[in-house]
Amino acid sequence: MDTGESPAVNKVVATVSEAVADIPDGAVVGIGGFGAAGTPYRLVLALAERKVKGLTVVATSPRQFEALIQSGSVKKAITPFARYADPSAPNPLLEPYQKGALEVEIVPIGTLVERLRAAAAGIPAFYCPVGISTMVEEGKEKQTFGTQQCILEHALPLDFALIKGHKGDRLGNLIYRMTSRCHNPVLAMAAKVTIAEVDEVVEVGKLDPEAIVTPGIFVHRVVKAEKAPLDWVYRGIKLTERKT
Amino acid sequence: MYVNLGIGLPTQVANFAPDGVILHSENGVLNFGPIAGEDEMDWELVNAGAQPITLLPGISFFHSADAFVMMRGRHLDMAILGAYQVSETGDLANWRTEGEALGAIGGSMDLAYGAKRIIVVCEHTNRNGKPRIVKKCTLPLTGKGVINTIITSLCLIEVTKAGLELRELAPGVTANYVQQHTEPKLIISRDLKEMEF
Repeated sequence: MDTGESPAVNKVVATVSEAVADIPDGAVVGIGGFGAAGTPYRLVLALAERKVKGLTVVATSPRQFEALIQSGSVKKAITPFARYADPSAPNPLLEPYQKGALEVEIVPIGTLVERLRAAAAGIPAFYCPVGISTMVEEGKEKQTFGTQQCILEHALPLDFALIKGHKGDRLGNLIYRMTSRCHNPVLAMAAKVTIAEVDEVVEVGKLDPEAIVTPGIFVHRVVKAEKAPLDWVYRGIKLTERKT
Repeated sequence: MYVNLGIGLPTQVANFAPDGVILHSENGVLNFGPIAGEDEMDWELVNAGAQPITLLPGISFFHSADAFVMMRGRHLDMAILGAYQVSETGDLANWRTEGEALGAIGGSMDLAYGAKRIIVVCEHTNRNGKPRIVKKCTLPLTGKGVINTIITSLCLIEVTKAGLELRELAPGVTANYVQQHTEPKLIISRDLKEMEF
């Protein structure tokens, strides 16, 4: 029981470096974020500084793990965007991929998210109709249900998830801010160890129980970090389509 | 009507969405407004193309698993997607450009499968001036036989069982000109008309 009176459970960690200190070479690491929103930039940088090797990274796009590519930490990327959305933006994955130093699995986002959710929910595999008649079905077992062809997709459990919340408490309860929610709650559920970078750590009892998105059972470490500077955020984004 | 806008040209539709259209984006947002201007950008409020968007009353946020339930589970009435190539049988190729080693599937396959109606918007020809509308796609597919309507810089074409039917022309464009820049033979609609804006 944690009545909030004494810190019987305390998941708050002092620094981002401390939060990622035990991620070993070869770990499977999920990283939150869709666009700049929800990307745990400070945790990713702290991990890149450790120069770990051989990671398998699961993330939306290079925006989330470009620093880990630069530190030579990634062996394999499982991602729906194996480049920035704008095809004319420089692609940090291309050179290591063409040198054979990086394996890339390009996946539909929905299937990726469901593979994470399945891992979280204790479901080892499932049939999914998305990707039939495309390269996604290649080499995978298929099954027809009624008239619907499906692909057997396997759960994707993570060793670690690096996620970005807005506010968290020492029990690990989290809320997010706007589209920063994105994959973060799903990654949190799919990992053995989930590390949340937050804008603010609040006292237990301050988060509205009706509004908590990720309950503390899915979160193992909470660390307060400064918001990322805008020049990190702008990378690879086409801003020319704004309304005038 | 619930509508998802794909990355690229389709995101601009957000600036023209009429009343009654509720926009969905796969990063987990429903009922958002136009693309944000310089003074109103918030980097925690973006569309699937990572561009800042704007709040509307009644906007909601949810995580990606729910966002894709809406897509794969046939809850969306329409998706408007970009295209590198489309075929005369409604095949869509929009995740790997010509000669590209990697690519970006994003949420396009989930939408191609799950949205009730697929509209493609694109330039009529590619950067080399070649038709994007072809007999058979040479680029890797996003979905087979999934497109209902193609809207290009020149015209509107409906994908029918009989083939591609030219229904509307942009002002000043002739059916002959469209055919010259389109690989498969077009069926000219009996009701062919000029596009209205």
